[in-house]
Amino acid sequence: MVERLHLNSELPMERSPAMPEGTEPLTAEQAIANLRHEDLSLRYYAAWWLGKYQVSAPAAVDALIAALADDSDRTELGGYPLRRNAARALGKLADDRAVPGLIQCLDCDDFYVREAAAQSLGMLGNAACVPALIRLLDGGVAAAQFVAGRPHLAQPCEAVIEALGALGATAAIDLIRPFVDHPVARVQYAATRAMYQLTQEAKYGERLVEALNGTDVQLRRTALSDLGAIGYVPAAEAIATSATENSFKLFALKGLLEHQLRSTPDQALSDRAIEVMDLMDHLL
Amino acid sequence: MPELQQLTTAIDQATSPVELIGAVRALAAAKLEAGIPALIKALGYNNPGAAAVAVGGLVQLGDVAVAPLLEQLDGYNYGARAYAIRALAAIAHPCALEVLLEAAATDFAPSVRRAATKGLGHLRWEELPSDRQVHAQTQALQVLLQVSEDLDWAIRYAAVVGLQALGESAIEPLTPQAIRDRLQTLATTDPDLATQARATLARDRLNQNCSPQLSVCH
Repeated sequence: MVERLHLNSELPMERSPAMPEGTEPLTAEQAIANLRHEDLSLRYYAAWWLGKYQVSAPAAVDALIAALADDSDRTELGGYPLRRNAARALGKLADDRAVPGLIQCLDCDDFYVREAAAQSLGMLGNAACVPALIRLLDGGVAAAQFVAGRPHLAQPCEAVIEALGALGATAAIDLIRPFVDHPVARVQYAATRAMYQLTQEAKYGERLVEALNGTDVQLRRTALSDLGAIGYVPAAEAIATSATENSFKLFALKGLLEHQLRSTPDQALSDRAIEVMDLMDHLL
Repeated sequence: MPELQQLTTAIDQATSPVELIGAVRALAAAKLEAGIPALIKALGYNNPGAAAVAVGGLVQLGDVAVAPLLEQLDGYNYGARAYAIRALAAIAHPCALEVLLEAAATDFAPSVRRAATKGLGHLRWEELPSDRQVHAQTQALQVLLQVSEDLDWAIRYAAVVGLQALGESAIEPLTPQAIRDRLQTLATTDPDLATQARATLARDRLNQNCSPQLSVCH
């Protein structure tokens, strides 16, 4: 219990699946081979592992793309665990060959496959997927409601909207704008974050700054990570003093700093960048 | 000590996490040396808010808290130990050198490693007997150079901050040069832009610092 509480103060590690019993630590070759292993738990673990360690060898990408169409690994509710992990992994491997397969995954019955595919398409940065992503927002806010008995909306709006923002899909501005007032806070934040990326209007950045004062610590962390992702530098002081763990604040400020550095010629250290670093020093 | 007794009774009788934080905050604000054991105890209540307030109180009390913190270090549960190390890093008394060396290099929690790493650079070396200062700084330098190669960008960032501080207070004349060399490498080759930038800043600040010294030298 003590350990757990303590760990809560760390950044949320990507949840790693338990290593299947009796298995040795993997090599890249072994992991690629395991994607076709008869033991489904080994396939699942291998897909996660290839993403985690960013094994971008063509053979790994090919095997993961094939796993996007896997039919053998199913949950009781009909989900596709291996497809989910393969889609997540492909987002980290920076290989555009994954784009068509991921676009197809946007039509999968499994919500979590669609969500993983949308996230990965946003990370890959190839705008070919924009029309397919936009289609998932059909019906606007009215259609973006919870599915009865499930903990998620009809479509992975949060992931789709974040991806559209990251992809610079200005064609989606009018579609995304109403989601800023979606009843689910996380969707609101995703829309606010995307609207800032697509319009550069400070009012969206400021809205996320206000969210740092919210009562739910989980949502404060989300707002922090959104501010880091958009690199909204005026938020630096508000981030540094927000009521969240230092690990989260540090990571958000890193996003601001890197955004600031990239937008300065020769990545010279501007006064503002130095101010952000001084704030970061105090959070170590 | 009626005041102390009142304050610790309030801690013992707190019935909710929020009440507990308030009671620990009151004890910390009283800045009583005799309240140190109760503040240390509050590090282990499994209440992060209370622990953070207690760390703040101990840091404010400063050097008088160092011996009691070190004495009890092995008896702490894991969470309390992490907070104690953070307090020791912030107080920066060199008695904590051994503890910080170990925590920076090997602790399980990244937040503890960051605090210890930064703390290693900021120790008040002049509090050590003069014949031990150089050796102590060499130990700190070795660990800082080692953790500046960590896989976690934030640990490397903390190492840069620690190296800069150590460079500013170094006694042995070769130390600042070793630090500048390492910072130069990080400034150009670190995989994370943020750590690169902090290394550039540290290098520049060290260079500014050393130029007057150089003119004295010759």
